[in-house]
Amino acid sequence: MSKRTDLLLAIADDELFLGWRNSEWTGIAPFLEEDVAFSSIAQNEIGHARALYELAAAELGTTADELAFDRKPEEYRCAPLVQLRRLEWARTIARHWLYETADEIRLEALKTSDDPEIAGIAAKMDREEAYHRMHAEMWVDRLLSSEEGRERLSEAVDELWPYALGVLDDELRPELRRRAEERLGRPLPDVEPVSRGVHEAELAELWEEMTMVRRSAPAGAQW
Amino acid sequence: MVTADEIWEALAQIPDPEIPVISLVELGVIKDVEVDGERVRIDFTPTFMGCPALEHMQRAMEAKVAELGAEPEVRVVLDDSWSTDRITAEGREKLREAGFAPPSPRPVGKLDLVQIRNGAFRCPYCGSTETRLENLFGPTPCRSIRYCDACRQPFEQFKTL
Repeated sequence: MSKRTDLLLAIADDELFLGWRNSEWTGIAPFLEEDVAFSSIAQNEIGHARALYELAAAELGTTADELAFDRKPEEYRCAPLVQLRRLEWARTIARHWLYETADEIRLEALKTSDDPEIAGIAAKMDREEAYHRMHAEMWVDRLLSSEEGRERLSEAVDELWPYALGVLDDELRPELRRRAEERLGRPLPDVEPVSRGVHEAELAELWEEMTMVRRSAPAGAQW
Repeated sequence: MVTADEIWEALAQIPDPEIPVISLVELGVIKDVEVDGERVRIDFTPTFMGCPALEHMQRAMEAKVAELGAEPEVRVVLDDSWSTDRITAEGREKLREAGFAPPSPRPVGKLDLVQIRNGAFRCPYCGSTETRLENLFGPTPCRSIRYCDACRQPFEQFKTL
């Protein structure tokens, strides 16, 4: 597998898994506006995953659906941050904000790629991600505005920080630290990143659910 | 033999599957049409990547070209060449008439929350700019929800992309 396909699959898997995690709030978010927001963000992320899988599929001679659903759990390349199941509001917001901050740094780098397809798709994704970032920032503002919110966000960020670093390659991690510390107005701990390649138990659980319908249908079923 | 103008005219008859008051041409998703003998190539720039209407649009364009007796090839261009600035003036007016506030122009720099919260967004029903953001997200990827304090009703705002 080429380095290019490896990169495409890593980002596609991030977006697919995060999309699924976001969709877990559909129907049960604390209030209706957030139910709509997380469902819509999930739809965008899965749309990005599809476009990235299609690019990878063209090179591998397969299809986007096969890449999304027919691999074994250990073959996915998504960052552990998006594998975690954290159906608790402060952690959801912390992950959302950390991921979108990291993703912005990654997209900024990819937009300058020499590969026109990668640069093009990154630029297109970035336009939509701007709305996800605004949504995350709005929530960070909101949580930082009260003592309880500040404490709960802070605790969640500390828990997820090693995972957030793991979304990016080594060379981009200092920029994530700089932006996150500036936003929170405090230093973040020096920790060992939980990097891509680590498979949390939650990944296999989500995979079971995500691929259930496809595995139950006979080969060649039309969706 | 079919001409590029005839193809554009035919494509202008295809309504957007989700907001049927405007056509694909008015939506600005057709970047280029090239006629080479019997073959017609359409460069199609999708709106939002997660939009479920994309495949429908693609098939509708292929069917229109086939109706004219030509062989269609729809090429999906996945870069940032589509933005809401490509929606035509006529398209914007039709959106507004149908109760969707048309998108505001893209800012030169980065889109940010300050503009979205404070910019002048006009209510499509009463024309007031006394409106506020309810939700960045709405029933489809392309819409936000705003509320008009003058006529006291929520409305859908096409996102600026």
